[in-house]
Amino acid sequence: MSASRPTPLKSIRAAASEPLRRFLQVARGAGLRVSAAEGIDAARAVDLVGFSDRTILKDTLGLVLAKTADEKVLYDETFELYFQRDEFSAANDPQTNPGPEAQDLRQWTPGGLHETGSSSGQSLSEMLESDERAALAMAMEIAAHESGIEKIRYLTQKNRYARRILEHMGLHELERQLAALRRTGTPDAAARAQLLEERVERLWDAVRDFVERSLILYARGEAEQFRERLLKSARLANLDRRHLERMRVLVRQMAKRLAIRYARKRRRRQRGQLDVRRTLRRNMSWGGVPFITAWKQKRIEKARVMVLCDVSGSMAWVSQFLLMFLYALTEVLSDIRSFAYAGSLMEVSDILEHQPIDEAITRVMASMGFGSSNYGNAFADFEKGWLKHVTNKTTVIVLGDARGNGTDPRTDIVGRLAKRAKRIVWLNPEFRSSWGTGDSDLYRYAPYCSLVRECSTLNDLERVVTDLLEEAA
Amino acid sequence: MHNSEQDNLPRLIRSIDEVDAGLVAAGYIASRQISTAIYIAHHLRKPILVEGPAGVGKTELAKSVASWLMLPLIRLQCYEGLDESKALYEWKYGKQLLYTQILRDKVGTLIGDADDLGTALKRLHAFGDVFFSKDFLEPRPLLRALEQRRGAVLLIDEIDKSDQEFEAFLLEILSDYQVTIPEIGTVSAAVPPIVVLTSNSTRDLGDALKRRCLHLHIGFPDEKLEARIIASRVPGIDARLLVQLVAFVQQLRGLDLKKLPSVSETIDWARVMVLMHAAVLAEDVVRDTLNVLLKFESDIETAAKRIADFTQKAQQAVVINR
Repeated sequence: MSASRPTPLKSIRAAASEPLRRFLQVARGAGLRVSAAEGIDAARAVDLVGFSDRTILKDTLGLVLAKTADEKVLYDETFELYFQRDEFSAANDPQTNPGPEAQDLRQWTPGGLHETGSSSGQSLSEMLESDERAALAMAMEIAAHESGIEKIRYLTQKNRYARRILEHMGLHELERQLAALRRTGTPDAAARAQLLEERVERLWDAVRDFVERSLILYARGEAEQFRERLLKSARLANLDRRHLERMRVLVRQMAKRLAIRYARKRRRRQRGQLDVRRTLRRNMSWGGVPFITAWKQKRIEKARVMVLCDVSGSMAWVSQFLLMFLYALTEVLSDIRSFAYAGSLMEVSDILEHQPIDEAITRVMASMGFGSSNYGNAFADFEKGWLKHVTNKTTVIVLGDARGNGTDPRTDIVGRLAKRAKRIVWLNPEFRSSWGTGDSDLYRYAPYCSLVRECSTLNDLERVVTDLLEEAA
Repeated sequence: MHNSEQDNLPRLIRSIDEVDAGLVAAGYIASRQISTAIYIAHHLRKPILVEGPAGVGKTELAKSVASWLMLPLIRLQCYEGLDESKALYEWKYGKQLLYTQILRDKVGTLIGDADDLGTALKRLHAFGDVFFSKDFLEPRPLLRALEQRRGAVLLIDEIDKSDQEFEAFLLEILSDYQVTIPEIGTVSAAVPPIVVLTSNSTRDLGDALKRRCLHLHIGFPDEKLEARIIASRVPGIDARLLVQLVAFVQQLRGLDLKKLPSVSETIDWARVMVLMHAAVLAEDVVRDTLNVLLKFESDIETAAKRIADFTQKAQQAVVINR
């Protein structure tokens, strides 16, 4: 069907694709996820509307590239920042009004970009003397492109890139000319040198400014992504307090993603009755007499979770994040009961449910955290108060390093618990290599657990919780 | 519409201004962004995903495009549990059952003179294909949209209410304008329909879906645009009241409310004002009719405290505008 085929790619003017390609690169750097297909769409759309009307261009690219509210904001900023660069030559000099050539720059740069090369037919001194802003601006864009400005990532690289751009524009030659002018010694030459020096100074400012804007453009999104990656894979115990806020946001994001994925699944399975349509269809071969029935419902099992969190010393951090994770998932988990223990054990579900999670956790930590742990005691408390609530549908998660400071580990209780519960998952934030060393009783508990896992980073936590939900779904 | 094109060819939209004018003629005052979106979607043959708060005219947009281009509007309302048998096609089970009955009755005469099983089966095979053929197919909105000879506007309303599986199922239709029916084969659109999907963002849509669509976010309109919209929807309204009314609603949107009043609420409110023969915005009238704008008791309480202040400012807005 040739009629419904999209505009063939080759018909897109080559001129349009170059600045667009660079903008897409910038947009990706800023953190927009632009797939190749969307890149092609953008090219086709731009081909349709052209570069001449800035607001239409902005709307058009926005339609294709930014697909959430957050992305729209990011896109708007990036677009303004990127296309604002055209006006720099006029803006940097208060004496001249923004000339038409400055605004037209974007339109004729693309075509001339590769043919003219960095020299533009004029030397830097000539451009400076005649004060041709448009030519200078274009030379700068080209020099910036040649010096690989899109690879800039850190603030410390600013001066290096500024110098590199100026060198590409012909700084060395200009310096030689300046030296020659001064050697001549005539008043005329001195005046010329003076003028050139002033203008070079101004050019330096313009270039530095340009580099700074480029830094914001190209490096912002990446720095953010890099930091997120780092935080997700950093050991929670080592984290600095100042990252706490950021971590909370991350945990909420991760939990939300999981909640969306698993909430759907469960809700669909909750509907339940005879599926007439499928029954009829399946029994068509018997003339519609329903030999085989089809049901809309499948039995679903909600995850019932009991979490026992060690809140002593270094464990507190990890506990905090696990609890945060689980409570962000209340939509998909029914019945979370949480317990905190150090020397003894208490139920903290109430506190966690009735207060904003951040405050609640601080309160729990304050009321019993940071003591030295006694696993035997904690398990004894649990058996006394809550073992009767454990059913064969309950997943018990124990979060702890199993270091009881030489106290009786009471593995017998864990044994009884294992018989009643669906399974016991033991999460240990310690490195695997140190399990069972010193006062660690982990390997004495391990036989009773269906899963023992190292869990020390946000990524680990996400994996554990995903497993939990998979099992339940 | 006296174009040189034949009637069965889809109309070509030539410029964004044409979209603008067309929508206005259909009674829809569009912002520049909306017109651009329609224009691009038409030429790129891409679906538009429209997101935004309830009542800003997402559904209305599709209706207006249809009435402007004089294309049939085919609407698919999404809800949880919507599946392909309700969205795409369904077999006519009753008819199929009848067919088996007839087949059973006639089967004797049909194969009566066959000597052996092989011949009998061979005769039967000749009829087997009829069972799952187009005659027994009941087209649902998606299939109907593809079958329209002159093209159509397909409105997939509130896609966020459907299941994720349904979203995946839509992908084929959205990117290639074709659907695959296992028993029959692939059905492609004669003329690709203009597809508008709307979402209230009750859940995040999948990346695959978003990648295939243009994404248009319709927010609350600014003062000028809203005044134009109200003027077109409530023709009898006094110009002074109109400006005051819009200024008031705009201020209300600055408050921290559970549900902000949308354009549809402003329109309703304007109609109420006209019915009550209000000439200007007065504090007591506002107080009495606030429940038209705000739908939650707590919101009304929050807003009630600011009525005097807002009304006064709204009255000034006229003075500045004049």
